[in-house]
Formats: sequence, structure tokens, C-alpha cells
Amino acid sequence: MSEIEIRELTKKFNVKEHTVTALDHINLSIEKGDIFGIIGMSGAGKSTLVRSINFLETPSEGQVLIDGVDLAGLSEKELRKKRSEIGMIFQGFNLLEQKNVLDNICFPLEIAGVKKKAARERARELLKTVNLEEKEKAYPSQLSGGQKQRVAIARALASDPKILLCDEATSALDPQTTESILQLLKDINEKLNITIVIITHQMSVVTRICKKVAIIENGILVEEGVVDEVFESPKSDAAKELILEKKTQYLPIDNLKEDRNIRIVFQDNSSYEPLVANLILNFNKPVNILKADAKNVGGKARGEMILGLPAGEELQDEMIDWIRQRGLIVTEVKEDV
Amino acid sequence: MFDEKVIQMILEGIRDTLYMTLVSTFFGYVIGLPFGIILNVTKKDGLKPNKIIYSIGDFICNIIRSVPFLILLILLIPFTRLVVGKSYGSTATIVPLVICAAPYIARVVEASLNEVDAGVIEAARAMGASNLQIIFKVMLVEAKVSLLNGVTITTGILLGYSAMSGTVGGGGLGDIAVRYGYYRWQTDIMIVTVVLLIVIFQIIQHLGSFIAARTDHRKR
Ligand SMILES: Nc1ncnc2c1ncn2[C@@H]1O[C@H](COP(=O)(O)OP(=O)(O)OP(=O)(O)O)[C@@H](O)[C@H]1O
Ligand SMILES: [Mg+2]
Repeated sequence: MSEIEIRELTKKFNVKEHTVTALDHINLSIEKGDIFGIIGMSGAGKSTLVRSINFLETPSEGQVLIDGVDLAGLSEKELRKKRSEIGMIFQGFNLLEQKNVLDNICFPLEIAGVKKKAARERARELLKTVNLEEKEKAYPSQLSGGQKQRVAIARALASDPKILLCDEATSALDPQTTESILQLLKDINEKLNITIVIITHQMSVVTRICKKVAIIENGILVEEGVVDEVFESPKSDAAKELILEKKTQYLPIDNLKEDRNIRIVFQDNSSYEPLVANLILNFNKPVNILKADAKNVGGKARGEMILGLPAGEELQDEMIDWIRQRGLIVTEVKEDV
Repeated sequence: MFDEKVIQMILEGIRDTLYMTLVSTFFGYVIGLPFGIILNVTKKDGLKPNKIIYSIGDFICNIIRSVPFLILLILLIPFTRLVVGKSYGSTATIVPLVICAAPYIARVVEASLNEVDAGVIEAARAMGASNLQIIFKVMLVEAKVSLLNGVTITTGILLGYSAMSGTVGGGGLGDIAVRYGYYRWQTDIMIVTVVLLIVIFQIIQHLGSFIAARTDHRKR
């Protein structure tokens, strides 16, 4: 039994006369200890999906099961208990502005009826975990975005959750801060064996820490799988768009063109071969590097590169073949990169 | 300038004015705060929307607030007599002041609670907080500054109303101003009471703002 099991989940909102289908028959299984990414464009239904996992949003149809327990079958009180076992962090941090850092972290414990002294002890421990010991007396307004998110993470961990839901938790942060927060989430996942669900619109977040990913578009789950595989050979248009992180149209490779741009994805075995240099030496023709990017995907080095090939259809085909022979995945990119 | 008797009377006037203002603010909140919380919680998009309860509360609020204070004062005379045993003097004035203030306070509280960030409420809900916990541990705490500002404004308004009740024998500085300034043309006494009212108002306003600013942790 998966830790989180989503079955045929549909959520409709009635806005004035018409109905918005935010989620359309979503099926998803998230295993214990996973870091699971859910990615999609704005308005795709990501927040609605993650809010359904702790029933902040009640589904119109379908089920959500946590450890095999159907949330729809719980009483109000049981549901609150269940929610307290699921931590959640947000894009806007959502800290209590009138409480200091320590009291913010104590808050879920206060709600659960834990004694003040015990709660403070636990909160101090957590402040250590998130590396903010010196800030316990500070108020949220005195913290940077990254620090606020650390407090929010500590707060989410206070009640020893088994699951941590993150709704765009890094979207308001700069790249370095994002990196440090993601690293923190990864550590938490490894040390505490907490299942983490990450909602994002940035592929870089997914490739950085997620093992598995689901892609949703207009409320429909269009692709799901291991991050490596989805990243190497995205099947849905939505996945392709998100991977290049901009509007791009992929064409079948046999579509003939004068000047062709291709996308190459490096795998473990090929990362260290000086591919472009060898390509140029071999064909004795210049190749344009339009984009080169190395990413850390699930702990392994992953690279992608977009090359502009020189004119001449035959030459281009030969080059593509040559690259493919080296075990690389090549797709054609149509667009000015 | 004034003889001892007048000074004594003015001092008593200050005491009565403060007494009416503060006590009616207090009882106004005893009724108005829960009333305001109920309005906020039961409104559409509230914590627990309930159209019937909201409509009734909303209606009562609007009715009382649309009656001018002086008329309310007179309308309530039988009720005041029932509660405090007489219909004149400062204690008697507190009754209509409270009735007048409560719906006003309810609206102020309702608006203050509206300012609480929906995200924070959502976070509390995600932690498993019950609605009562959200009201008392999140909304009232986060809206603290706005609520305190509401108290200051209300106190200022009740100060003015308590003076107004002087026209019908309510006691306090307003009473003195009317009795001496209006009926006996002792302008000097009237001016002194008006100046005193202004000073008291200023003190309330500044003290209120000071306390609100001191307890606000959102900036600095
Ligand atoms: N309470 C609501 N009432 C009506 N429509 C809603 C409500 N919540 C969400 N929606 C609609 O459902 C769809 C999905 O919204 P959702 O917030 O889940 O998207 P998202 O993927 O999280 O987007 P973003 O990246 O912008 O946060 C949108 O079309 C949105 O307008
Ligand atoms: Mg969202």
C-alpha cells in the first residue's frame, strides 16, 4: 500500500454559472520515503491537488487514501488529527506575524495540547535542524525569505509528520536560497524518512531533488514517472515545455530543415566524453552551442545541450546518427533557443 | 478664576465622563466582540459560513446603527430603568451607550478579523487546528493591532456620545457644558469643559496608538 494513494480524484469549482474542473480524474501513488514532484504551468491544478491530499479541499469525486485510510470516511476530529500528521509549507511562508520564531514553531504543538515547556524544547531542537538557532526571538518581519521558509519547515516538522507537502515552497526565493532550502528538504527526507510532495512550476526544482515526477496540465495528469526518464525523453508536450522551461515545439527528427537545432541529453556514461569537440573534429564542420546546462538529477550529473547544426541535410543526419551511436538521446528543437 | 465648588464640579465631571466612557467601552466589547466574531465567521467565505445567522446579525447591527444616538437614548429609557433603576445620571447613560456601541464594535471587529491573512488561517487548518482554535489562537492574535486601534476609535466615539447624553441629564462634562453653557450662559465653564474633552480625547487617541504600535511585531 502506498503512503499516499489518489484515486480518480476530480475537483470542480462552481464559479457563478459555470463549472471549473480544476482536477480531472487524477490517479497517483506516492510511496513512503519518496520525494515526489508535481509540476505544471500556472492554473494547472497543482495547488488544488496538494490541498486535496490533506483535505483542505474536499474532492468532488474520487478518493484520497493516506496509509490506506480514506480521508472521506473520517470524522471532523479524526481528520484534524490526520492533518496534524501531515506537514505543509507554502510559497508565502504563512507564519504568524505577531509571534516570534520560537512561538511559531511551538504553534502546532500548542494546538495539539502539548505542554509549553516540552513544546519549547522540541522547537529549539528543530531550530537546530534548520540552522536558525540564533533567531528564536526574532519576529518573521525581521527574517529573510529563506529564513522564513526555514522557520516554516521547522514548524511543519514540529508534530513529527510522516508526510511533508510543499506548495511552491521555493518560488518566492532566489536561486541560492532555493538551493539551500531544497538541500534542507533532501536532508529531512533522508534523515527522518519523511515523504515529501513538492509542487512547483520549475523543472529545475524537480530535477534537483525529486525521484519521481507527475506532470499535470489543465487538471489532467499527462505524464508520470522516474525523473531521469521523464527528463531524458519527455513524451507529453507539457513535459517538453517544462523541461526547456520555455515555449518550445519539438518536431520528429525526420522533419527536414535547413538549419536544425537539436537537444542532446547526457547520461552517466557519456558525460565525460568531449562530445562537441569530437563531433567537430570528426566532421570538420563548425557546430553552434546554443545552450549547455548541467543539472543534478536525483544525485547524478545530468546535462542537456542544444546544438545548432551546420547547413546540409545529409551532413545533419550523419551528425545526428553519430551522436546517437554514442548512446545519447537526440530530439529536434524547433525555435530560436 | 472659579470658586472651589465649580472646580469640584468639574473634577467630578471628568470622573463621570471617564467612568461612562470606559465602562461603556468595556461592556460594549463584552457584547460587540463575540458579535463581531460571529459576523466574521458566518459570513460568506468565512470560517463557517452560515447565511441565516449572518443575516440576522447583520440586520440587528444595521437597525441599531441607523437609529441616531439621542433617539436611542430616549427610546431606551424604560429599558434603562429596568436595568439600573433610574433613567438619568452617568450609570444610567451607560446602558444606551453600550447598546449603541455594541453593533458598531461588532462591525469594527468584523473588519479587523477580515484583515487576517487567509494563508495563515490555511496553514493553521493544515496543522489540524479547529475553528475555535483558529479564531482564538490565530485570528484574534494576528488581528491584535487592528483590534486595538478599533478600541481606541470606539473609546473616542463613546467619549463624544457620553458628552452628548449630557443634554438629557446624563452627567459628566457634557452635562456641565449644557447646564452652564447653554442654560445659564456661563461661557467660561463651557469652554473649560470643551477643552477638557479635547484633552481627554487626545490622551485616549495617543495612548491607544502608542499601545498598538508597541505591540505590533510586523515592522521594525
Ligand atoms: N476556490 C476556487 N474557486 C474557484 N476556482 C478555483 C478555486 N481554486 C482554484 N480554482 C481554479 O482551479 C484551477 C487550478 O487552480 P490551482 O490553484 O490549483 O492552480 P495551480 O496549478 O496551483 O496554479 P499556480 O501555479 O498559479 O499556483 C484554476 O483554474 C483556478 O482558477
Ligand atoms: Mg498554486
